[in-house]
Amino acid sequence: MTVNGVQEEHDVEPRLLLVHYLRDVLGLTGTNVGCDTTSCGACTVLIDGESVKSCTVLAVQADGDALTTIEGMARDGTMHPIQQAFQENHGLQCGYCTPGMVMAISSFLAENPDPTEAEVRIGLEGNLCRCTGYHNIVQAALAAARTPELSSWGAGR
Amino acid sequence: MTTVDTATESPPAAAVGHGFGAGVLGTRQLRREDPALLTGEARFIDDLQVPGALHVVLVRSPYAHAAVRSVDLSEALASPGVVAAYAGADLRDAWAGGLPCAWSVTADMKAPLHLPLAVEQVAYVGDAVAVVVARSGYEAADAAAAVVVDYEPLPAVVDLEAARSDVELVHPSLGTNISYVWELIPDADAVAQAFAKATHVVSERYIQQRLIPAAMEPRGVCVVPEPFGGGLTVYSSTQIPHILRTMLAVTTGVAESRLRVVAPSVGGGFGSKLNVYAEELVCVALARKLGQPVRWTEERMEAAQATIQGRGQIQDIELAADADGKLLAVRVELLADMGAYLQLVTPGIPLLGAFLYHGVYDVRSYSFRCTSVFTTKTPTDAYRGAGRPEATYAIERAMDVLARKVGIAPEEIRRRNYIGADKFPYASPAGLVFDSGNYEPTLTRALEIAKVDEVRSEQANRRATGSTRQLGVGISTYVEMCGLAPSRVLASLNYSAGGWEAATVRVMPTAKVQVVTGTTPHGQGHETSWSMIVADRLGIPPEDVEVLHSDTAVSPFGMDTYGSRSLAVGGTAIALATDRVIDKARRIAAHQLEVDEADLVYEAGSFAVRGSPDRTMAFAAVAFEAFTAHNLPEGTEPLLEASVTWDPPNFTFPFGTHVAVVEVDEETGGVRLVSYAAVDDCGNQVNPLIVEGQVHGGIAQGVAQALWEEAVYDEAGNLLTSSFADYLVPSAAELPSFDLDHTVTPSPTNLLGVKGVGEAGTIGSAPAVINAIVDALSHLGVTGIEMPASPERVWSLVKAAKSASAAANSESTAQEARP
Repeated sequence: MTVNGVQEEHDVEPRLLLVHYLRDVLGLTGTNVGCDTTSCGACTVLIDGESVKSCTVLAVQADGDALTTIEGMARDGTMHPIQQAFQENHGLQCGYCTPGMVMAISSFLAENPDPTEAEVRIGLEGNLCRCTGYHNIVQAALAAARTPELSSWGAGR
Repeated sequence: MTTVDTATESPPAAAVGHGFGAGVLGTRQLRREDPALLTGEARFIDDLQVPGALHVVLVRSPYAHAAVRSVDLSEALASPGVVAAYAGADLRDAWAGGLPCAWSVTADMKAPLHLPLAVEQVAYVGDAVAVVVARSGYEAADAAAAVVVDYEPLPAVVDLEAARSDVELVHPSLGTNISYVWELIPDADAVAQAFAKATHVVSERYIQQRLIPAAMEPRGVCVVPEPFGGGLTVYSSTQIPHILRTMLAVTTGVAESRLRVVAPSVGGGFGSKLNVYAEELVCVALARKLGQPVRWTEERMEAAQATIQGRGQIQDIELAADADGKLLAVRVELLADMGAYLQLVTPGIPLLGAFLYHGVYDVRSYSFRCTSVFTTKTPTDAYRGAGRPEATYAIERAMDVLARKVGIAPEEIRRRNYIGADKFPYASPAGLVFDSGNYEPTLTRALEIAKVDEVRSEQANRRATGSTRQLGVGISTYVEMCGLAPSRVLASLNYSAGGWEAATVRVMPTAKVQVVTGTTPHGQGHETSWSMIVADRLGIPPEDVEVLHSDTAVSPFGMDTYGSRSLAVGGTAIALATDRVIDKARRIAAHQLEVDEADLVYEAGSFAVRGSPDRTMAFAAVAFEAFTAHNLPEGTEPLLEASVTWDPPNFTFPFGTHVAVVEVDEETGGVRLVSYAAVDDCGNQVNPLIVEGQVHGGIAQGVAQALWEEAVYDEAGNLLTSSFADYLVPSAAELPSFDLDHTVTPSPTNLLGVKGVGEAGTIGSAPAVINAIVDALSHLGVTGIEMPASPERVWSLVKAAKSASAAANSESTAQEARP
């Protein structure tokens, strides 16, 4: 598979979860684990541009796919427009759910580039945050949608 | 003095006040913490790469209460990759005693021995009995599943009143399930007389359901032994590295000076990481025994079962009032669930609310008694608000009941009873002194933002037209005690530590500043806010100020972060230390400029001679002089550095009013939060961006208690809600955006005039939401509903109310029909 544009090849146990492959084998620890039941979305990554909870995918299932993790979003030291919108709108506090949120929003805005607040809220249903009450996360998503650079930037590498 | 900021639209964050010099305080500075967290560079406990670290998995009891007959580790030890496995008895000598409880609230408080790994008896589902150490996490998990424990089940003690009756004992050796009875009854006769002469008496029982704190990052520990010398570095996802270090020293016998505790990036705490946990003691013991680094990462189900839970109380509250609804007395009886053991501050949590059951209301007679009992459930302890949300909930719901009895609006009963703005500092009937307050403006503003007049006319309209979607308005005004805490007050409550906070401000030769704080942020943005405090006073850019924290090797002393204390206590310590640095710099500048210190003014990062504004010396130049020490005034030590330990003289008392508007669907029982207005007063605001974020998150947690969350136990003591599939932490889809405003009533207790805001949202919100639901259904005769107000509960209530009213109607029709 490619991860953030880099070709990766490893022999792994069949039961190895994708999130553990990313974290423990590749050392990409930006993707977090928040639950065991595919409920919280902290582990959200993109597989071929679409958001996926990487705790519910076996690493071997992603064989041949193109993955993007939070580490692949910034470019040349500049944060992705969604990441910038999170900072500007105080869309994070402890930051643990944040990588998953950013990835989920990236995928959501690719599907719906001009969402209403209600659509953003429903679109983020699969990602839990305990700090922000979602108010500023929703603001960040809406602000990112208004960013002209968003479409040209795409979903990371 | 209170000022009402009527701006409802917040200015965009980045546009306001970039921080040079005076004026940076109170501006919406973007957080410096964010880039690392946003790009995946931040390191949470499980992200730390520790070469050679062995993985630890604990074997936990599936029974709520059982005797441990035997633990067979043989199969686990033969499992691939396993390095070691121990039962509780094997590690019994690794600890001087059990897990520490720092709060013996009464001299005769009963406290069971709480071993990190149970030896003879388990007392809740999730109580650990054995531990497996392996080369990988997967191998450790496999081996843990192969440990065979022979349990002899004992009766579970789940219900609080059953626990109080002592029919079945959680810890037979204690002879009772009652841990303690604690009273705060300044004048029992006065209370009795007030109730005797009252026109209106309200008598209510409320249930504070147990909550699971559910920080998004589960806990984790990694212990790295030094190669020689016996020292240890303990990494833990904790709110309290300093307290943990002391407690680890006491329980493991390792000299405190050889223990370094580091809290890396911590993914939320909400009180649940304000503790000393079994896994921390187990990992220290294993690292010492094996001489290798060990690490443990909590799974979500473990987080539900083995991390503390919050609330868990039965509250009986009585109000006595005169004919106008003016309160005469408040009397409270609490039955509090300690769970199976006493964790760090378990018994003290009800006491943090004990003083506040009269809320924001001026009342002279007060009585509070708490009976705390053991049950065979996960221990309770601090969860966001810790005692104060419970108190606020009880008084704010009871005030609505009183309003209905008197026949006035909920806002009117509050206005009649608020402690007047002219009464501060207010000596409370419970013995506290409220520092400052002005409650009425927060109510007026919150009602205005929530457009309550419009909502009420729409409410009437829907009732008149027979709609099945009812609207309700709920109000709650709260006051909390924050800024934990004056050490002497803690002493009077038998708490085993102080409430001070430490700070060092250190100026480098190049005039960059290091601030060392004893606070331990886990999402609150201390680095940003603390740098603003220092930059504001020194008149330098916040970028020149680095904030160091959460590592006992860097920040040797501190009391850490909880109880909305960090700014009021830790921030004040930083401000004081900064002022001491400026005092010393002034001495050096006066010497250099050959003037009297009194002739210098310090402004925008520079000392200038009064009357000769061209004679100046920049702060950076003073810093360099202090470093070279070539020409310092007689008796002045080199370098600019000051350390302050600040012990506050009083708590701070933030307050506010929250208004919830809900829509209740009579046919499904569904409750939708339509809008939410909050007007909070936390004194002066250092960074409004962060203040608002704290309020948003707090509201969501309080709303969640009102509507969705409950740690449900069955009769056998099984936790039925141990995953996010069962325990309903709300998502963005369940919540609206919140409408915030604030007033500013500075605290006279500290020189920043700040109060604290971390818990405000949670304290104000649950009663507002429940009061709104009751209001929505009040025309059906509904007078109350328990939390969480699930669709099933609401639907049943509506059904019962309608059939009761139908029965009453047919009764009256039948009576009328009688000849």
